[in-house]
Amino acid sequence: MTLRARDLTVNIGGRTVVDAVSFDVADGDRLGIIGESGSGKSMTALAMLGLLPDGATATGSIRLDDREILGLPDRELARLRGSRIGMVFQEPRTSLNPIRTIGRQIMEPVRIHQRLGRAECRSRALELAKLVALNDPETLLSRYPHQLSGGQRQRVGIAIALAAEPQLLIADEPTTALDVTIQAEILELFDRLVDALGTSLIFITHDLAVLQSIVARALVLERGQVAESGSVEDLLRAPASPIARRIVDAARATSWQKPEAP
Amino acid sequence: MTTTVPIVRQRGWARTFIRNPAGVFGLVTTVALVSCALLSIVWTPYDPVHTDVLSKWHPPSSAHLLGTDNIGRDIFSVLLAGSRVTLQVAVGSALVAAVVGVVFAALGSLTARWFREIIAVLIDILIAFPTLLIAMMLASALGGSIMVVIVAVGISFGVNVGRVSRPEIRRVSRSEFVTAGIAAGLGPVRNLTRHTLPNVAPVFIVQLSWCMAVAVLAETGLSYLGYGAPVSTPSWGRVLAELQSYIGIHPLSVVWPGLAITITVLGFNLLGDGLRDATDPRLGRPEVITA
Amino acid sequence: MIRFVITRLALLLLGLLVASALIFATLRILPGDVAQVIAGTDSTPEQVEAIRSSMGFDQPLLTQYIDWISGIVTGDLGHSMLTGASVTSQLVEKAQVTFPLTVMSLAIALIIAVPLGILSALKRRTFTGSAMSMVSQAIAAVPVVWAGMLLVVVFAVGLGWFPPQGFPRDGWDEPARALYALILPALTIGVVEGAVLLRFIRSAALEALGQDYVRTAAAKGLTRTRALITHGMPNVALTVVSVLALQIAGLLVGAVIIEQLFTLPGIGRMLVTDVGNRDLEKVQGDVLVLTGLVLVLGTVVDIVARLIDPRQREAAA
Repeated sequence: MTLRARDLTVNIGGRTVVDAVSFDVADGDRLGIIGESGSGKSMTALAMLGLLPDGATATGSIRLDDREILGLPDRELARLRGSRIGMVFQEPRTSLNPIRTIGRQIMEPVRIHQRLGRAECRSRALELAKLVALNDPETLLSRYPHQLSGGQRQRVGIAIALAAEPQLLIADEPTTALDVTIQAEILELFDRLVDALGTSLIFITHDLAVLQSIVARALVLERGQVAESGSVEDLLRAPASPIARRIVDAARATSWQKPEAP
Repeated sequence: MTTTVPIVRQRGWARTFIRNPAGVFGLVTTVALVSCALLSIVWTPYDPVHTDVLSKWHPPSSAHLLGTDNIGRDIFSVLLAGSRVTLQVAVGSALVAAVVGVVFAALGSLTARWFREIIAVLIDILIAFPTLLIAMMLASALGGSIMVVIVAVGISFGVNVGRVSRPEIRRVSRSEFVTAGIAAGLGPVRNLTRHTLPNVAPVFIVQLSWCMAVAVLAETGLSYLGYGAPVSTPSWGRVLAELQSYIGIHPLSVVWPGLAITITVLGFNLLGDGLRDATDPRLGRPEVITA
Repeated sequence: MIRFVITRLALLLLGLLVASALIFATLRILPGDVAQVIAGTDSTPEQVEAIRSSMGFDQPLLTQYIDWISGIVTGDLGHSMLTGASVTSQLVEKAQVTFPLTVMSLAIALIIAVPLGILSALKRRTFTGSAMSMVSQAIAAVPVVWAGMLLVVVFAVGLGWFPPQGFPRDGWDEPARALYALILPALTIGVVEGAVLLRFIRSAALEALGQDYVRTAAAKGLTRTRALITHGMPNVALTVVSVLALQIAGLLVGAVIIEQLFTLPGIGRMLVTDVGNRDLEKVQGDVLVLTGLVLVLGTVVDIVARLIDPRQREAAA
């Protein structure tokens, strides 16, 4: 699987929130996107899935294995969502349907994309729950989101994103809403799963420490534009753009205050 | 998600309101209603209560803009005069609702905890009384009149105003400037009138525009049933009732009063919506029954 | 959950008690001498007094109230002051018109409001969407009497599809004709109340549309519309259920006016007559039953909402 974005531009109500962003993700590749809030990171991610909020329009090109997917009708895009590209969202508190059991929610992508029987779906859900290392998966499947902790809910979110075996996983600030200790666990889980499944990964964050622990290559976005791109190592050693310098300085300041942080 | 939060420039509520065409429509119809009511005091093309059997059922013409009715009254003049009743009912109901609302909201937010809970339960019970039933109860004891409509709508909508503004009053009355007022020696009542009410005013004004819409509908319904405006008064609801028997022969005649009512109600509703959107978009339209 | 149901039922009982007291107080304490009305204008004071005592009006108010309430517990809502007919049996008889009328109106309102409400939310940025929103706003402002008149002009007088008014004398012994007579009245209430309901559903659907979990569902591979329907709808349903009790109050009020317009022998028309006759004891019974119905439905709706929503179900346990 390869994904090529060229001059991706997103407009909302006359404002350009993503401005001519280009990048490539090859098979099994990992790409980080870092930027401050409002820099257009999430909009870039949502544009790839055709899930931009109402009133937003995207132009440019996004090619998935040489097929143009930008501007496809929603019906066509829906076939790609989940099965080719899976997505994990930032806020585990609101991203799960409060009135459906965890089991049904994990099963749903499987039911949509793979014609499996009821029992097969259930065993697949169990398998996925084990994959994301949820404790006591059997009983957990029949529970509701509000009965789970934030970390558990985010594991469910990851299970949902991986359920239909996509070749590309997009994670939009998946650890931001979590406690620091839980963050590390979830990052470790991402790292392990992406390796084991051979999935490509686009990881979005505003936190350099998080970025550093999971990807080797990243884009720095500022006000919708790519300010800098390259290896995370170079970025840390010699940030070229002012925004990258600011992010690196901010990260140093925090780690200097809290030397035990990852 | 940390998406781009669109930057909304802070504008005054009046400017936000003016940019909303629906709200402006509401304002225009409200002003038009008031103008018609004022105009009808000094001038109507014909005497709205003058009956003339010889000139009944004139079709619309330059002499009779909307034609004449079954007893030869000029429909345009009747409607113009009827706007006065409509305005009376709307404003009267809003005033009663404001008083009832303030009382309920104050009792339900500023008193002892056990008393607040009683008020909350009472509000839930009173909400279950449809406006029309309250009016019919009053009418069966006192006979029908415009006053009955005003009191019934005022009470039933006032309860709703109380329910909606109760949390708002609690929020405001706990805020710092009110606490400061208490510290400065203001009594609870003065504090209410001086600090709390002005801050809850937007909620009230929005609610009261919706109340006026309900009042106009209630007047129509009750006058139609014969418990609103008395027979001799030119009122929109009464005109509808009187022309009902002729809809088979002169269908156009019922179109005008109905249109006048609908536009007025729509106007008050949109005025309320516009004010709500301009002052506090969190508030929803009340779940009050349209009478 | 059981504890919640019990508290809710206790509150309902309290609500009914308070409502009955309010109704009684409104009708008995307000000025207006019923005995005088019944006796007529040219009656002697003695005659009026006789009527008063025969109706028990000379008893203390509390005694009268307790008499009334203890009757209600046994299903006896009192008797008409004019005809002596039992209020309970009259209500049961008239409900044969009002109940089907209300149910049909509700069905029509839901059939209109649910799909169109969701559609107008989905299409809110298109011309169709804003047109639908404007039309519903306008219809919600139409007085139900006028809507009825217009429908009569078009469908009864003009096209001759339906009778302009009336109900077959034999009632439901002629089921086809009875049902036929109710279609236009039900349509009138259904369209106007449907427009009101549509606006609630539209805003509930808009809220659902903005929910993160609806987006999650779309990310799983559903189209945006399907995601809204399968994941947003249960939450829209919760909103609908919670406004339904009050909506039914709106339907009942509509029925009072519409029964008058179409001369249908239902509870509403009876109430109008009773109020005209100042038949206080009957009005008292009619109003209590209608208000009680709204309170009961409110309780049922509350309990149903808890059952649908797992978060509330747990909070209530």
